[in-house]
Amino acid sequence: MKKHLLSAGDLTRDDAELILSTAAELRSLADRPIKKLPALRGRTIVNLFFEDSTRTRISFEAAAKRLSADVINFSAKGSSLSKGESLKDTALTLEAMGADAVVVRHWASGAPHNLANAGWSRSSVINAGDGTHEHPTQALLDAFTMTRHLSNLDGRRIAIVGDVLHSRVARSNALLLQTLGAEVTLVAPPTLLPYGVETWGVQTSYDLDAVLPKADAVMMLRVQRERMNASFFPSAREYSRRYGLDARRMGSLQEHTIVMHPGPMIRGMEITADVADSERSVIVEQVTNGVAVRMAVLYLLLGGSEPALTTSEESDA
Amino acid sequence: MTTYLIKNAQPYGAEPTDLLLQNGVIAAIGENLEAQGAEVVDATGLIALPGLVDLHTHLREPGREDAETVDTGTQAAALGGFTAVHAMANTDPVADTAGVVEQVWRLGREAGHCDVFPVGAVTVGLAGERLAELGAMADSAARVRVFSDDGKCVSDPVIMRRALEYVKAFDGVIAQHAQEPLLTEDAQMNEGELSGRLGLRGWPAVAEEAIIARDCLLTAHVGSRLHVCHVSTAGSVEIVRWAKSKGWNVTAEACPHHLLLTDELAATYDPIYKVNPPLRTAADVEALRAGLADGTIDIVATDHAPHPHEDKDCEWQAAAFGMLGLETALSIVQHTMVDTGLIGWAEVAERLSSAPARIGRLADHGRPLAEGEPANLTLYDAAATRTVEASEMASLSRNTPYAGMELPGRVVATFLRGKATVLDGKLA
Repeated sequence: MKKHLLSAGDLTRDDAELILSTAAELRSLADRPIKKLPALRGRTIVNLFFEDSTRTRISFEAAAKRLSADVINFSAKGSSLSKGESLKDTALTLEAMGADAVVVRHWASGAPHNLANAGWSRSSVINAGDGTHEHPTQALLDAFTMTRHLSNLDGRRIAIVGDVLHSRVARSNALLLQTLGAEVTLVAPPTLLPYGVETWGVQTSYDLDAVLPKADAVMMLRVQRERMNASFFPSAREYSRRYGLDARRMGSLQEHTIVMHPGPMIRGMEITADVADSERSVIVEQVTNGVAVRMAVLYLLLGGSEPALTTSEESDA
Repeated sequence: MTTYLIKNAQPYGAEPTDLLLQNGVIAAIGENLEAQGAEVVDATGLIALPGLVDLHTHLREPGREDAETVDTGTQAAALGGFTAVHAMANTDPVADTAGVVEQVWRLGREAGHCDVFPVGAVTVGLAGERLAELGAMADSAARVRVFSDDGKCVSDPVIMRRALEYVKAFDGVIAQHAQEPLLTEDAQMNEGELSGRLGLRGWPAVAEEAIIARDCLLTAHVGSRLHVCHVSTAGSVEIVRWAKSKGWNVTAEACPHHLLLTDELAATYDPIYKVNPPLRTAADVEALRAGLADGTIDIVATDHAPHPHEDKDCEWQAAAFGMLGLETALSIVQHTMVDTGLIGWAEVAERLSSAPARIGRLADHGRPLAEGEPANLTLYDAAATRTVEASEMASLSRNTPYAGMELPGRVVATFLRGKATVLDGKLA
């Protein structure tokens, strides 16, 4: 494993499988009465959030605490109009406080790269979502969730549906799922597929109905209604009609196919309530798995070479 | 005034000869010249070129003296071999009145490192809504002939048409920053394979090309003169080539960084590579070089854009657009155009001196190295190599994308009307 987790593309198949298998071990903790391990005792992990994200922050916080790390939450909300100096100054401050890892969420694509590479800080940097670039731990938890339902991802067909253009979740998943051997199809209106997507190695489709019957997992992406104001699609209604997942479309899925969503959902826009709450939906499970996957990432990045569940005192020396 | 006797210089890279600079002019050229009391400059192995002329410089004064001043910017220019620069209008206040352009012009004269020719804004406050007092700026002491809203595009076709028409009265030229604003809202880098992967908003080539095509047609229609700033795409080169084939009065510039660097550098997320128009693809670089070689692109202009450290030491999206250019331009041109065999030193003189002086209607710059001509020239050691050090720049700012890069060539001396502004590679 590298020192940082900036992009899902940085992970080799071995790296990714190590994270997923470690997460599987740690996942079993969730069912125990005492959920805490001493693995990162004495380590300091900073959650540095320049953009609101309650669920990702809480997930990382829970992960760090279950590994007995000290957690500092640093919310430095700034708009994209404000100067970037605050990132550097914040990094210098955290460096001075001795952070071992910085979990960063930022509105600017590449900000975690700056944090890791600009010489501002020596901490491990974990990208918790940067602009419209990447969200690698989300992809890891998605992959983890898929493996629990589909076992091996080799040759599995994964459909990612919606606003791919603005989605960091889609970018990280496209990279990671291919690394793990899955066949990824991005489904969106042409306006919401990024320029150059044909070089990503994925399939693309404008036709959701054609893709659904073959999919082993369907991941719906959040689509902001405001996108229609920039003419990415004519109206929310037309979007839902063409690309929304409703009960009728759910009926065309294979028996084993799961439905996913990174949240937060806009019910009635990209997914209807009956689908989101159906048996196929693993959306709530994704959240649970998120904690285990983030525990695994923190544990492995912060030098955990011992098996995660060794609870002897030597292991966290 | 010191008389300089330059021994064994190679004009345009040709056979060595001597040049006598006296009373502001080249008094004599020939072998074995002698002159009583003259300061002798040994130019053995050095190429003599007419003093370089930059049609596109940001000196930042007035308003952003933390980034650059007329004094420091013209020092950088002299060290880069320039004897004249055109100072862009996007200062604060904007150079949209006779008062501001005269101020910049006067600051240039006081600094004395090279001649400063202010560019006038096309529209009031660069807002693109109504014409600035172009005539007043043309008639001012600064004698403005080049008008540009550079940094912003004159995107309204009616305003652009009127501007092109209006400047005919005083032989002016509109230098267009070609960027369709609606197609490039919040754009961060070249729209291509990489922008999609990096999650950075794309700046598509069509946003430049569509404006250039429109402006060429407008120029032809009203019979005026258009100059296209910082051409960056292969498609733009094609359009300019087509416009020239029609005999229309269109000229174009390429910037050194667009002749060398590509959008792949954005993958570092290091905003030192953030510039507008953005770095493009290797295919675009090739097309620009070919266009510059065959004359489709008339000139190289630096788009020297100083920014203080904090505007570049931050996230890509928060960073300012632009990079330094004056002190490295000739080296980049040698590296990309001369050492590759695309052009010779006579063409370098044409592209970096004569042609920009003609476009700017400068009488005393870009003149040939000949007896009786103004003694504006630079001596250049093409055999030298150097490693670019940002901290050694004369510019107040440090935002060079070439730091650490080994580049060929070194400006040894620059003369402005017979007075040395640079000697031994240092400010005189």
